Amino acid sequence: MTKKADKVDRLAELMQTSESTSGASLWREAMRRLRASKMAIIGAVIIALFVVLAIVGPWIAPFSPSAQTWRGEVFANKGEFVGARSGNWFGLDHLGRDMFSRILVGARQTLMVGVVSMLIGLIVGALVGVLSGAAATLGGRTGQRIDTVVMRFTDIMLSLPSLLLAVSIAAVMGQSLTTVMIAVGVVQIPIFARLLRGSMLVQGSSDYVLAAKALGIRKKRIVLTQILPNSLSPVIVQATLSLATAIIEAAALSYLGLGNPDPAIPEWGVMLAQAERFFDNEPMMAAYPAIGIIITALGFTLLGEAMREALDPKLRG
Amino acid sequence: MALLSVEELSVTFTAKGRKDATAVDGVSFDVDQGQVVGLVGESGCGKSVTSLALMGLLPNKGVKIGGRAVFDGQDLLSMSPRKLRDMRGSKLAMIFQDPLSSLNPVVPIGVQVTEILERHRGLKGEAARKEAAHLLDRVGIPDPSRRLKEYPHQLSGGMRQRALIAMAVACAPRLLIADEPTTALDVTIQAQILELLKELVDQEGTALLMITHDLGVVAGICDQVNVLYAGRAVESAGRRELFAHPTHPYAHGLLGSIPRLDAPRGEPLSPIRGSINDRIAWADGCAFAPRCDRYTMECLTGTPELTEPRAAGHQVRCVNPVLPKSKAEVSA
Amino acid sequence: MSLLELDGVKVHFPVKKGILFDRTVGHVYAVDGVSLKVEAGQTYGLVGESGCGKTTLGRGVLRLVDITDGEVVFDGTDLAKLPEEEMRRYRRRLQMVFQDPLGSLNPRQNIESILSEGMAAHGIGKDQDERREKIKEILAKVGLPTNALSRYPHEFSGGQRQRIGIARALVLEPDVIICDEPVSALDVSVQAQVINLLEELQESLGLTYLVIAHDLAVVRHISDVIGVMYLGSLVEEAPSDALYAGPKHPYTKALMSAVPVPDPEVEDRRERILLQGDLPSPANPPAGCRFHTRCPWAQDKCAVERPVLTDVGDGHKVACHFAAEIEAGELELTRPTGIEAVVSTEAVASQEAEVEDAAPEPASKVPAQAPAPKGEDAEHEAPADEDGAPATDGDAAAAESADADADGDPSESGADADAPEPDASAKKAGRTA
Repeated sequence: MTKKADKVDRLAELMQTSESTSGASLWREAMRRLRASKMAIIGAVIIALFVVLAIVGPWIAPFSPSAQTWRGEVFANKGEFVGARSGNWFGLDHLGRDMFSRILVGARQTLMVGVVSMLIGLIVGALVGVLSGAAATLGGRTGQRIDTVVMRFTDIMLSLPSLLLAVSIAAVMGQSLTTVMIAVGVVQIPIFARLLRGSMLVQGSSDYVLAAKALGIRKKRIVLTQILPNSLSPVIVQATLSLATAIIEAAALSYLGLGNPDPAIPEWGVMLAQAERFFDNEPMMAAYPAIGIIITALGFTLLGEAMREALDPKLRG
Repeated sequence: MALLSVEELSVTFTAKGRKDATAVDGVSFDVDQGQVVGLVGESGCGKSVTSLALMGLLPNKGVKIGGRAVFDGQDLLSMSPRKLRDMRGSKLAMIFQDPLSSLNPVVPIGVQVTEILERHRGLKGEAARKEAAHLLDRVGIPDPSRRLKEYPHQLSGGMRQRALIAMAVACAPRLLIADEPTTALDVTIQAQILELLKELVDQEGTALLMITHDLGVVAGICDQVNVLYAGRAVESAGRRELFAHPTHPYAHGLLGSIPRLDAPRGEPLSPIRGSINDRIAWADGCAFAPRCDRYTMECLTGTPELTEPRAAGHQVRCVNPVLPKSKAEVSA
Repeated sequence: MSLLELDGVKVHFPVKKGILFDRTVGHVYAVDGVSLKVEAGQTYGLVGESGCGKTTLGRGVLRLVDITDGEVVFDGTDLAKLPEEEMRRYRRRLQMVFQDPLGSLNPRQNIESILSEGMAAHGIGKDQDERREKIKEILAKVGLPTNALSRYPHEFSGGQRQRIGIARALVLEPDVIICDEPVSALDVSVQAQVINLLEELQESLGLTYLVIAHDLAVVRHISDVIGVMYLGSLVEEAPSDALYAGPKHPYTKALMSAVPVPDPEVEDRRERILLQGDLPSPANPPAGCRFHTRCPWAQDKCAVERPVLTDVGDGHKVACHFAAEIEAGELELTRPTGIEAVVSTEAVASQEAEVEDAAPEPASKVPAQAPAPKGEDAEHEAPADEDGAPATDGDAAAAESADADADGDPSESGADADAPEPDASAKKAGRTA
């Protein structure tokens, strides 16, 4: 008898090596993969720095972003910019304001524009997408009609050039930061809607949804507990990626003069627009906000791509 | 001298940040001219990886290949990629499980076949087209000249597999490796394809390395059978010998767990318990021990060697094989 | 009366085209008039190749696809005409086990959530605690450890996942379980575990099965009655043994002769009826007998008149105009079966080989190869019958005793059993260590 026990113990010992993590949901597994990804870490660090900057920027800025402290000096130089120097690390702008302070303070505005417009796109788009996707997967004939109508509408929105759409919205609503945020957000709506709907359709035709129907689970519940949770990954990825596009697009709109007219609150896009006139004399004035926008967008893009891989490891080659 | 002689082939996948996974762990077997040799096993036994390694189709990065595979006097594993490429298609050909994904979807069948004839046999233009039509006819595709103009999606699964076989035998290869050639097909179509393969072996003298999980297919076509488990051959014998006297507990259990069409109804199956995940490393003992009813302390101390406990040429990797005499010992 | 009766069930899928709103341009006749009866406590096996409509029929019974025509009478109620909400409630009594064990489990739900979902939908159990107790009981029945509750589908092996799929059906205490290819996605050694489990469950719970599969051997093993489907309709139906002993429809004959048997003796002796060509498209099925385009015995009548399933005695039904004549050997072959076809191409090919390549070597290889295995066989033939059998018996006994243990303590804690369930024992050792 002891021999048998020895045997079993020895077997158990040898099999210990194949112990796996247990009780790990797909979300948790995705987080684990995300943490192991260099791309995700770089992206996350950039975003974290940006967010910290956006929060503390106005407090740590050495000067007021709107005070034209060195106005006289700039005007006296007649177009000759002083450039970077101790005290004004990023130099001065055309009105003699400290560029470093303006960049620091502007981070908050830029982040806000990105986040708010992304949220507008995400929330409205996801609602439209869920409605359409649920109608298409479970609603029978009427549902399919609803889906068709909604999707044709989003197709029309998608077929308009996004910048043109944003410009029109901005033109109707007037010049303000809110306008920019809404305009950029509205452009994102059809993207999110189509993405979520498409993802829901794929999941809706999967075996486990069929199994849920066979179990006799109510349709509403199938959408909420089966289809929706499995359709979210691409939307989450898109949300991260669209933060980058939202910031760039907001900058573009500001550049076109549709942004915030209030000079007291700097925003990177507006700063870029203002720098254009002086590009020949002082390219650095455009470079600082431009680099800020690029790095931030890069951060969100890196994180987004890393999330895409982590959420769907099959995609990796 | 065997046409293909595989010695201690091992394949290890080394992914960054993950434990090395050994898919093939020392597999040895021979294939003679005109012989059909079967590699049988369930998913994860390393049979497909073996075939890919022989064909040089494994990625270079993250894969460690050991051992030797001497084909026609040359080691396939140490051959230059260029030479191997020439060898593939001319002397060595492969048929895959999924005929649709192995054919280029945007090129007509005819072009895909003539391409091979041009590359390896130097046929041009009309001659190549004629030979292609002849090949399709040879593998039993009706109306070959029309089929040559069609795209893969226009053919049925069975026809696609026939087209693939036509491409594989285009240059009269000496060895044909078939990786689950009938798994994706219906039984009546499977019967057609198996008949075709048999015919090719009989008439052309092509050697066939048949990789499959289906013991029924093996029983019908293979001369020599190697049963693989967790990356190692556990039993190797002629097919009649193997099916009459499965001696490794795994092979024995496998045969006992298959419902047979000709078995009287109501006879219970005797399954093997657990799954392939319940295993130990070959270095520590017998990988099958956790699922085995017959394992002893000896099974858990080092890799069991191949022995011939029953008959010459019938190799078994087991220290406590299923032998008629040992029954008394087991029950004692 | 039978528990489940299908009468003239048709499922036609519309083929749609259109830009803004779709127009129907044709139909796929997936299931085209199937009538069958499933008796309580029995297993009805539905067998056929891909595209024959067997899966669609199974889904049609549960109304997972819309039934175009016909009746599905379950326990006296025609399911085909039930309003949706009532049908939903009926699904508690008719459950389904799917082919793909991983794909049919929601990857983001843990096992407890997957199993309790259906119970909640049908109001089984007052609260989650009560449901959990029930789930634990069922898990033990299907041979899964209790710690499976908090784990997710991707953490299990294929066989375990299929056990979860079976448990998901069982928690609702159904009368009928439709098993759609329950083992075809599993490894051979694991298939037997699941087949045995299904049989045990049927015995202990009095379940009725409708098993849908392409593997005739599996179907024959578990079914009392077998129906053979071809292109949307039944061509033959008979008790399992009768069907095996004497298939009457040419398609059944061909199908049966094509199933490989893991025994070289049988394989070498068998006569194959190799069918010509492929399955016609169900969107455009041939007129008359659906099988006449491939049937080796097809007659003129077959292309015109569609045969109906008729009883030829002892519950053996066949849909063939000439079943009796074929059986009596009165009908000439009108189309080569594979064997003849092979011979003919062989002749042609060898001629060509001689002309073109002038290489007689392969031809001479054939006779040289053939006798070799026979000689080998003769040597080993003698001991086969004497000692082969007892070894198998011994093993069967061992397996039985292991089964008995499993019955007594279904969680298979294993430490005291003769043949410990490795996973469980490993876990145990791990915990004590």
